[in-house]
Amino acid sequence: MISGTLSAMTSRMPAVVPRYMPLLLLAAGWEALTRTGLVPKAALPPLDTVAIAWYDLASSGDLWTNGVASMTRGAAGLGLAIACGSLIGVLMAWYKPIRVTVNPIVQFFYPMPKSALIPVMVLWLGFGDASKIVLIFVGCLLPITLSAFNGARGTEEVLIWSARSLGASRARVLREIVLPSALPELLSGIRTALALSFVLLVSSELIVARQGFGYMIGWLGDGGAYDAMFAVVLTVALLGFAADRLYLMLMRRVLAWRE
Amino acid sequence: MTELNTSVVARPIGTGLRLDLAAAAVGRRAGAIVPLLVLIVGWEAASRSGVVTPFLLPPISAVLERVWQDALSGELAVNLGLTLFRSLVGFAIAGVGGVVLGILMTRQKLVRWFFDPIVSVGFPMPKIAFLPIFMLWLGLYDFSKISMAVFNAIFPVITATIAAAEGVDRQLLWSARSLGASERQLLREIILPAALPQILTGLQVALPISMIVMIVTEMLMGGQGLGGAMIAASRFADSPGVFAGIVEIAVAGLCLVKGISVLRRHLLAWHQEAQEPTTV
Repeated sequence: MISGTLSAMTSRMPAVVPRYMPLLLLAAGWEALTRTGLVPKAALPPLDTVAIAWYDLASSGDLWTNGVASMTRGAAGLGLAIACGSLIGVLMAWYKPIRVTVNPIVQFFYPMPKSALIPVMVLWLGFGDASKIVLIFVGCLLPITLSAFNGARGTEEVLIWSARSLGASRARVLREIVLPSALPELLSGIRTALALSFVLLVSSELIVARQGFGYMIGWLGDGGAYDAMFAVVLTVALLGFAADRLYLMLMRRVLAWRE
Repeated sequence: MTELNTSVVARPIGTGLRLDLAAAAVGRRAGAIVPLLVLIVGWEAASRSGVVTPFLLPPISAVLERVWQDALSGELAVNLGLTLFRSLVGFAIAGVGGVVLGILMTRQKLVRWFFDPIVSVGFPMPKIAFLPIFMLWLGLYDFSKISMAVFNAIFPVITATIAAAEGVDRQLLWSARSLGASERQLLREIILPAALPQILTGLQVALPISMIVMIVTEMLMGGQGLGGAMIAASRFADSPGVFAGIVEIAVAGLCLVKGISVLRRHLLAWHQEAQEPTTV
């Protein structure tokens, strides 16, 4: 019965609607629960008031200012981590002395829960941007380093030997053989780091900040403005999702040559 | 876990050899310890020489002394125990729930249709942002903290289980079916064992997530636990306390991650991958 109606709907709508239909059902269920009073509005504000709260926040500019602050921090930390991490990882695979010294340190700190560093960053760098940027940098550095290292280490040696015997310099081999073959693994490491950067950003802003999405969620919640709080939470969550999807598209494009 | 941790700290202070044990667990080779020792000596030297103030970076000897005091007073056991208990319960629920849901999604069309978009949108979301909502709904105690860990850790388990169950060799399934295996037998004898390596990979991702989330949750909700203790120390500008928290959390995290990879090698002794040395 259900699947019958479904397939009838599927044939008329664009493909994306039935796929995301369960999300619409969840949203409808949310609205129904609050409208009928089964769930108190204080615990779960109706979806339409959340939408209105979102519109208010957006038109007052609060959402924009805080969002820009958060996204700048995230981009700065992640960008630095990508630059340093890929460099360190490739160097680790390329020069044995670097591998021998850096690898034990990377392996030791890799499993450490990075959120433990939040209080230290506050101690060192205060409540502002720097503490978040450095936290995200440190948190994302190791996954990126390890993925670059593993990718570069997996380069087929035959390719390197052939290129060398054909007269390519070491720098050229690095640029034209090792880097491209490390790329798939490196890019998927960066994807992990992208998700991690959102987590670290939001958690550090929730705990201590004067600006940003996490800070907004905190003070809206403390002030009892739950509809606005839900609006910001959903915004951050959807931004994280959108960033991942965009990155995935980019990654597929960059790796198109592998097909 | 607690025992191991106490034995790490329950040694005379000041010889600089404590991390020896932890490092040996990582490298198991003398060479791997040297860079870590250099790091430790550098830390101690930097804070003793006055290059950085002891407030910004207390000497590691002072930090370890603090860990030792926490251990003696019993605070370490309580905080570490609570954090590990909550992280592991959250991890266990996420593990069992994720595998069951993942298997159901590969076997029931309707379940798949309903959960597929939720999982694919939910997986890359920064779910930590929902923390204040969990506080609002479930309060500040264990139930709320553990629910948060489950909510964050379940997604990688679901996706790994689906990928694993769908990657099972078709011919194995066909042969078993043609030999008269029931669906239940198929699941138990073929699908689950064949999917195990990849499911374990998902669990290996989920365990640190559960711990990271627990630390943040404790920091924000307060109360006992390593995260709560650290945030309290940072409010009182007690920097040895903050660094002691980092050392405790790092050692606990290391033990958990190493523990699950030992478990993996044990469970997958029959699998060819177990013979190769694992890199991470």
